[in-house]
Amino acid sequence: MARIQIIAIAISVLFLLYIVRLIVKGKLREEYSIVWIVCTIVLVLFSLWRRGLDVVSTLLGVYSPPNLIFTAAIFAIFIYLLHLSVVVSKLQSQNKQLAQEIALMKEKMVQ
Amino acid sequence: MKIAVIVPAYNEEKSIAAVVEDILHVAHSRNLLVTVVVVNDCSKDATSEIISKLNCVALDLPINLGIGGAVQTGFKFAFENGFDLAIQVDGDGQHPASEIPKLISAAEAQDIDVVIGSRFISKIGFQSSAVRRIGINYFKWLNRFMVGVKIFDSTSGFRLINNKALAIVSEYYPDEYPEPESIILYSLKHLKIGEVPVNMKERQGGVSSIGRLSSIYYMFKVSLAIIYTFIRIKFKK
Repeated sequence: MARIQIIAIAISVLFLLYIVRLIVKGKLREEYSIVWIVCTIVLVLFSLWRRGLDVVSTLLGVYSPPNLIFTAAIFAIFIYLLHLSVVVSKLQSQNKQLAQEIALMKEKMVQ
Repeated sequence: MKIAVIVPAYNEEKSIAAVVEDILHVAHSRNLLVTVVVVNDCSKDATSEIISKLNCVALDLPINLGIGGAVQTGFKFAFENGFDLAIQVDGDGQHPASEIPKLISAAEAQDIDVVIGSRFISKIGFQSSAVRRIGINYFKWLNRFMVGVKIFDSTSGFRLINNKALAIVSEYYPDEYPEPESIILYSLKHLKIGEVPVNMKERQGGVSSIGRLSSIYYMFKVSLAIIYTFIRIKFKK
């Protein structure tokens, strides 16, 4: 096993442990952790299976394997950012509803 | 007939008391059953203390929601408490209370659901800045193109809506720059929209919700919002 392989596996596993720790401590909700766990598992997989990247690249017809990494990673990041924008929009609209409820209830209590 | 006059206020400590008293005075002299609802959009000045001492319903928002969210709070109050009409009047003194009866009689006489007080029909009073008028003309064109209604002053916040419209806006009302967008909303929901000429004054205090730099953003954002609203309602059926 090459040195870089060991480093990659170690970092991926540490990352996975950190995500688990965040969930256990209640700092990360399970539904948002799924994407991170899947990403880390993919990282571990390709660290163990060295020829994997070449095999997948040939399969998809990508000439230079690193290009596949960049394309896939950027695409995944875009999708996840969009997902976060959706989450923020939902939070904002719920926040507005709560504030309005509070204002209406405060007024009722004063009377 | 129960009438709610909704006054959204953000940092309006200088003008809010006079605005509320003007409205109450007009209501009293015309024998109208008016409840003034002031929505304090988390002002940083003394607005909250001032309105709690006035003869009005004071709704204090715990966080700043912007004009749309604040006005919608008032609409929700009016809808939940069974008001027949809600009239929106700005807290900065731009909309003279003496013009309120014009809106009410237009709604009653012509059986209109939404009455907009317009600066431009008879061209009297404060006519707004040149840049703003370009924007208003653009929205006039956009409204006519999208839903076929001709509204002269679609950015006017001086408007009356009845309980049919209240049911709609307490469900959904735009957050930012709600005036032009809500006209699209009303007409797509098949409400009758009318316009009456009113006399407006230059603001007595406070600053506009639209700064000079953000006017391009305003046009862009509102255009997008209008198109989205159009798609949302047209294709939802």
